[in-house]
Amino acid sequence: MPWQWLAPIISIAYLAVLFIVAYYGDRRALQGRSLVNNPTIYTLSIAVYCTAWTYYGSVGRATVGGVGFLPISLGPTLIAPLWFFFLAKIITIAKINHTTSIADFISARYGRSPALGGMVTLFVVLGIMPYVALQLKAVAVSLGVLISMDTHSATGTMTSLWNQTAFYVAVCMALFAILFGTRHLDASERHEGIVLAVAFESIVKLGVFLVLGVFVTYGLFDGFGDLFGKAMADPNLRWLMDFDAVPGGYASWFSITFLSMMAIVFLPRQFQMLVVENLSQEHITRASWLFPLYLLAFNLFVIPIAIAGKIIFSGQGVDPDLFVLSLPIYGRQEWLALLVYIGGLSAATSMVIVETVALSTMVSNDLILPLLLRSRTTFRDDLSGIILGLRRGIIVGLLMLGYLYYRLIAESNTLANIGLVSFAAVAQFAPSIFLGIYWTGASRRGAIGGLIAGFLVWFHTLLLASFAQSGWIAASFLTDGPWGLAWLKPHALFGSTLFDPISHAVFWSMSANVGVFVLISLFDRQTAVEQIQALNFVNVYEKGAEGGNEYLWSGFVSMGDLKKLLARFIGPAQADLEFSHYAQHNHLELGDGVPSPAHLVAFVEKLLTGTIGSASARVMISSVVKGEELDFQGVMRILNETSQVIAYSQRLESKSQQLEAATQKLQEANAQLQELDRMKDEFISTVSHELRTPLTSIRAFSEILHDNENLEISERQKFTSIIIKETNRLTRLVNQILDLAKIESGKMEWYVCEVDLAQIVQEAVDATRMLFENKSVQLINQVPDRCIMLQADRDKLIQVAINLLSNAIKFCNPQDGVVKIELRKSPDAIGLAIIDNGVGIAQEDLERVFERFHQVYNSPVNLPLGTGLGLTICRRIIERHNGKIWAESLLGQGTSFIFLLPHSTTPNMGSL
Amino acid sequence: MPLEILIADDAPNIVLSLEFLMKKEGFAVRTATDGEEALRAMEEKMSDLVLLDVMMPKRNGYEVCEIIRANPQWKDVRIIMLTAKGRDVEQEKGIALGADDYVIKPFSTRELVFKVRTMLGLPAVEP
Repeated sequence: MPWQWLAPIISIAYLAVLFIVAYYGDRRALQGRSLVNNPTIYTLSIAVYCTAWTYYGSVGRATVGGVGFLPISLGPTLIAPLWFFFLAKIITIAKINHTTSIADFISARYGRSPALGGMVTLFVVLGIMPYVALQLKAVAVSLGVLISMDTHSATGTMTSLWNQTAFYVAVCMALFAILFGTRHLDASERHEGIVLAVAFESIVKLGVFLVLGVFVTYGLFDGFGDLFGKAMADPNLRWLMDFDAVPGGYASWFSITFLSMMAIVFLPRQFQMLVVENLSQEHITRASWLFPLYLLAFNLFVIPIAIAGKIIFSGQGVDPDLFVLSLPIYGRQEWLALLVYIGGLSAATSMVIVETVALSTMVSNDLILPLLLRSRTTFRDDLSGIILGLRRGIIVGLLMLGYLYYRLIAESNTLANIGLVSFAAVAQFAPSIFLGIYWTGASRRGAIGGLIAGFLVWFHTLLLASFAQSGWIAASFLTDGPWGLAWLKPHALFGSTLFDPISHAVFWSMSANVGVFVLISLFDRQTAVEQIQALNFVNVYEKGAEGGNEYLWSGFVSMGDLKKLLARFIGPAQADLEFSHYAQHNHLELGDGVPSPAHLVAFVEKLLTGTIGSASARVMISSVVKGEELDFQGVMRILNETSQVIAYSQRLESKSQQLEAATQKLQEANAQLQELDRMKDEFISTVSHELRTPLTSIRAFSEILHDNENLEISERQKFTSIIIKETNRLTRLVNQILDLAKIESGKMEWYVCEVDLAQIVQEAVDATRMLFENKSVQLINQVPDRCIMLQADRDKLIQVAINLLSNAIKFCNPQDGVVKIELRKSPDAIGLAIIDNGVGIAQEDLERVFERFHQVYNSPVNLPLGTGLGLTICRRIIERHNGKIWAESLLGQGTSFIFLLPHSTTPNMGSL
Repeated sequence: MPLEILIADDAPNIVLSLEFLMKKEGFAVRTATDGEEALRAMEEKMSDLVLLDVMMPKRNGYEVCEIIRANPQWKDVRIIMLTAKGRDVEQEKGIALGADDYVIKPFSTRELVFKVRTMLGLPAVEP
């Protein structure tokens, strides 16, 4: 096949397809039927992360470092679950503040500082250009190999043809980026066409890579088993599957994982896709699991391809970075080779386009416009044209810069690490952003100091070092240190030789960055604007946190002037539209001569921020607002108000929570009191009933005896004995109620001494002897007749025993009554069991018999002798001795009442 | 045919005293010691007046009163509640449920006899 003309044509055709996809995406967006408002598209657009470096370079890295290529994917995978946490906050802040780039974000956070925005932009350009150059090289080299369709051309030696190719590639990409990145000015800086094209390319590059992997594994070899078997048999390959193969070991593993964690969010193209192009925060949820899966798929065949290349091209000098392309050529699959090339082209173009568009926004808004706007005092009516032209120029400039860089050091092998160098550069933004959104104390001077320190170290240890390695500057810079200062050797600062170069640079640059940042911030005094922005960022989720902004302008500007200013940047039609929308929404009367309310000024400033960056917007607004910005005192007042409102609402919230808790406690206490009150009422009512019942009999029979003088003797005696019995019962009842009241109120007097349990049993038996005889109940006393000493109140214990015995007599079998007394022991207690052979007590009533007056209403038979308080009093007495009393029963076989008293403890005679 | 009184109370001695009092006035007397027994006695043969204790096992006096009043055949039965709980609420509850009168324990025997006699339309001596 005549690949020398077919391959370029197919490349152009592929770009045309991309063009159509992007055009379609933009058209749908204009029609309001967005295609990219979809979490899967969002996830795929994030895959712009996988560049030609991943596509070709992973295999290359795997051939020298085994699984060492993995951390690049491991970092994003590890941090993706945290996206909903910090990324959501960054997105919220970015949307509210209309910041559209990482430079703008940082500048806005630190008091809309133009210096900081410009600095970040400079650093980004410096850090990212090599990365762009790498993409150009990848496309040029792969195109060269494809055209020759010969694996011998894939040795990595530069040819002039490649240089030409790289140039045309750069031109094509610039064209594409200009067409879709700078077609119009939009305050949100969103480009749906590009997002859709990138998502499309993400599918292409992954799909092709997987197809290649399957071809290599199953086409060139007999599956994974065959491939890995051959690798294991070869001592030159076996070590690849070892963790030890990773250059730099664990330190490197850790530092690259860390770098890629930062890069996945802070690389300009990633920030563009993740934050600026984000349409809904809900998309983050899917992205945080789907994106790691995408990366996993991408890494699946890296090791098999690396091994296959090593086996097949052993000793042929084929560049491992080009195994991906060389293997299908070796297998005589020219169309597959073409596909592979297209996949690489996809990876490179999406990276270059998104990166340059993001960079052009930054360079124009944060570097050039602030200077331009400051230096010129008069403007043409419409500046939007100038800005667009500026951005287009910047894109061209950036790609040309990339091309130049490629020409300068492209032949150096250190290109392989260029990606990591870029990662390390953007990682320097992490402290400014993370501390900025979580710590109000982070100050502008701190951020500037930290960034400068971090970048100096980065520049020295990575960029200059790579220049030295490629021979661009003297090699002695590496070996002896600059000016022969050994402690400044770029790969061994202060003599630290523990780490590989990347880990070394990460360690020192991040330490310098964070250290300087935090130290300066701690001792710094923030300006008013800084403090307001710090509060706005950190407390972005708080209600009212947005306040403060609108007070920043206290001067006078007419609506007409304000609209004119806006029109200069976004065009008159768009400005009209924005004004009428805003007026409608805020019930504002529009009029050219009418003074603008402060919130309208703030609104325009935000719109301008989207278009020209926050620092420039500030300059522009201040140029039209007559009168000063608020003085320091004024700003401090507002600041205090804002923070007071926040603090106050937080206090209110916690107060109302406390109140709720207190109310709940009060309600509970009240319910308890009501319950106690109800119980007291019921007790009084029950006692009243219990007292009235014997009284009724006594009164009735007394009156009968009084009114009927001629009653028979037998009847008279019967009635008198009833009166006597009921009087006794009444007396007992009154005594027991008093006893119980005394015990429960803690006024009962206790006389505790050594007592003999056997003797107590004997006394109780003596006291109840008459009862046993009257009812012909048999008593079996099994308590041994020897001293069983314990500490107790003698009389009270006898009272308990008598009570239990008389209960047992009452409840035992009426025909053949038997009551048994047994000694009971446990390891630390001793007591008695009093057992009857009556009907027993139902399981659910075993506890309730101890309740006051329980039996009165619930016993199956009438028990004129009971007061319903006996067991309650027994329980109170035993509890006062720290003992336990309970009932056990088998229905129909009798009941045992058992109490146990502890041997040794001092009885609890204090109040309950 | 003498008028008949049903005495329902769970305290045997109170039943005994009431029985004596009522018999002495010439009434026929039947007794019950819980609510269900009282209702069975009513079903067996309607009494002219029931002396009904409130606190009884199985069914209390209120329930018995309610059941008696729910039956139209028994609409002529007079009911006097005997209550040992002195609170107003409980007395009113009895009247509300359809009792004709109540006495509070311990009661005066003469007053009780007077109430019974008046209620049954017999000549009575003011106590």
